Amino acid sequence: MAASEEASRPFAGLSDVSISEDIPVEGDISVPVGPSRRDDEFSTLDEPVKDTIMRDLRAVGNKFIHVLYPKRSSALLRDWDLWGPLLLCVTLALLLQGGAADHEDQGGPQFAEVFVIVWFGSIIITLNSKLLGGTISFFQSLCVLGYCIMPLTVAMVVCRIVLLVSSGVIIFAVRLVVVMASFGWSTFASTAFLADSQPPNRKALVVYPVFLFYFVIAWMVLTYSP
Amino acid sequence: MASPNNLQFQEFEEAAELLSADPGASTLSMSGSNTPSTTASAGEDVKLDLSEDEEGQQESSEVLDRVKGSVMPQPGRNFIKYYLRSNPDLYGPFWICVTLVFSVAISGNLSTFLVERGNPAFHYRPQFHRVTIAAVVIFMYAWLVPIGLWGFLTWRQGAERQIGGYSFLETVCVYGYSLFIYIPTSVLWIIPYDWLRWTLILIAMVISGSVLVLTFWPVVRDDTKVTAVATVVTIVVLHTLLAVGCKLYFFQTAASTPTALPTSSTLHNHTTLAVKTN
Repeated sequence: MAASEEASRPFAGLSDVSISEDIPVEGDISVPVGPSRRDDEFSTLDEPVKDTIMRDLRAVGNKFIHVLYPKRSSALLRDWDLWGPLLLCVTLALLLQGGAADHEDQGGPQFAEVFVIVWFGSIIITLNSKLLGGTISFFQSLCVLGYCIMPLTVAMVVCRIVLLVSSGVIIFAVRLVVVMASFGWSTFASTAFLADSQPPNRKALVVYPVFLFYFVIAWMVLTYSP
Repeated sequence: MASPNNLQFQEFEEAAELLSADPGASTLSMSGSNTPSTTASAGEDVKLDLSEDEEGQQESSEVLDRVKGSVMPQPGRNFIKYYLRSNPDLYGPFWICVTLVFSVAISGNLSTFLVERGNPAFHYRPQFHRVTIAAVVIFMYAWLVPIGLWGFLTWRQGAERQIGGYSFLETVCVYGYSLFIYIPTSVLWIIPYDWLRWTLILIAMVISGSVLVLTFWPVVRDDTKVTAVATVVTIVVLHTLLAVGCKLYFFQTAASTPTALPTSSTLHNHTTLAVKTN
C-alpha cells in the first residue's frame, strides 16, 4: 500500500488532467515479433520438401495436359515455368543419342546441337515475335514453345520403341505418319497460343518461324537411325 | 515572346486538337498500327517503334511482294528503289537464310539417300554436321559480302563520282532476298540427274544474279569503267561460287562420294568378303 502510494506520487500533479471524450484514443500496443501473420501462408520454409516439389510437379503436369488439349486457356501463359521445357529438351536430346553415335562426323545431332537448336531457336522466335509487336512476354513465349515440343518427344519415344522391332519400309511409313501427326499437333498447339497476341496482318510472319522450328525437330526425330 | 508557361501549354493543346480531330491520322512516329493514336498512347507507340525499326513495320503481304520481286526481276525495276522504298527489313533476309540452311542440308541428305539406295551395304546416316557447315557458309556470305560491298561503295561514293549510294541495311536486305531462289532450287536438286542440277543452277544464278546486278549497276556505272565492271563481275563471281560450292559439297553424285566416309572402307570389306565367300 505504501508502495502503491509511492508509485502514484509522480503522477499526483496529474490527477486533475482529463481527456475529453470526443478525441478517439485507440491503438495497438503490441509489438510485432517476426514476420507478420499474412506472410505465413506463402512462406515455404517450414513445409516439408515433398510438398514443395509436388507443387511444382503438379504445375508442370497441369501444363502438359493443357498442351494435350490445346484449348484457349491461360494456364500456360499466366504461370509460366521453364521446368517442363528443360525436361522435354533433355529427354529428347538423350533419346536422339545412341544412334549412329559411333560415326561421329556422319551421325545424328549431338546432345549439344539439340540443346542449341531448341533453346536458341525458341529465343530467336520469341525475339522475332516481340519485334513484330507481340503482346506476349519473353518467358511466356519460351514456356509455350518449350511445352509444345511434347508431342514430338512422345513421337520420339514411339519411334524408338518401334525401331526395336525392325527397321523396314512399313516401320518407316509408321514412323513417318506418327512424326507428321505430332509435328502438326505441335505447330497447331503453339500457334493457338502465340498467334493470338499478334495483329492480324502479321500472323503469317510469326507462324512461319514456329513452323520451321518444329519442322527441324521433326526432321531430327524422323531421321534417327539406330 | 509569351512566357514559357504559355508556350508549353499551347503546343500541347495544338497537338491534342490535331489528333482528336483526326484520330486515324498517322503521327510522326509512323506506327502503322490500327489503334487510334491519342497523345496518351503516343509515348508507347514511339517506344514500340524504336524496337520495331530493325524489322520495319512489315506486313505479310509486303514480305511476300519482296520475295516475288526477287524471283522475277525486271530490267526496269531496281529492287531497292521499287520494293524496299527506304523501308528495309531484317525479317526477310534472316529467315530466308535460316530456311536456306536447313533446306540445303536436308535436301543434300535426301539426295545422298536416294543415290545410295540401291547399295545394300549403305547404312543411312542423318549427317547432321552439314547443318553447321551450311549455316556458317550461308550466314557468312549473306553478311560479310554486303558489308564489304557497302564499305567499298561508300568509299567510292565519298572519293569519286558515284551518286546515291545505298544504306547498309538496304544492301543486306537485297542480298538476303536474292538468296530466296536457291530454296526451291535446293529442293529440286534432290532429283538425281546431273544435267538437271546444272540447268537449275544456271537458271537460279541468272535470276538472282540479275537481281543483284540490276540493283547495283545504276550506282556503279557513273564510276570509271574499270571499277564499275570489276564491281559487278565480283558480285556475280561470288554468287556463282556460293551456288556451285553448295551444289558440289552437299549434293554429291555416286561417282564423287568423299573418301573420308568411314562406311566406304567397310563397303570395300563387305564386297571383298562377298566375293571371297562366293
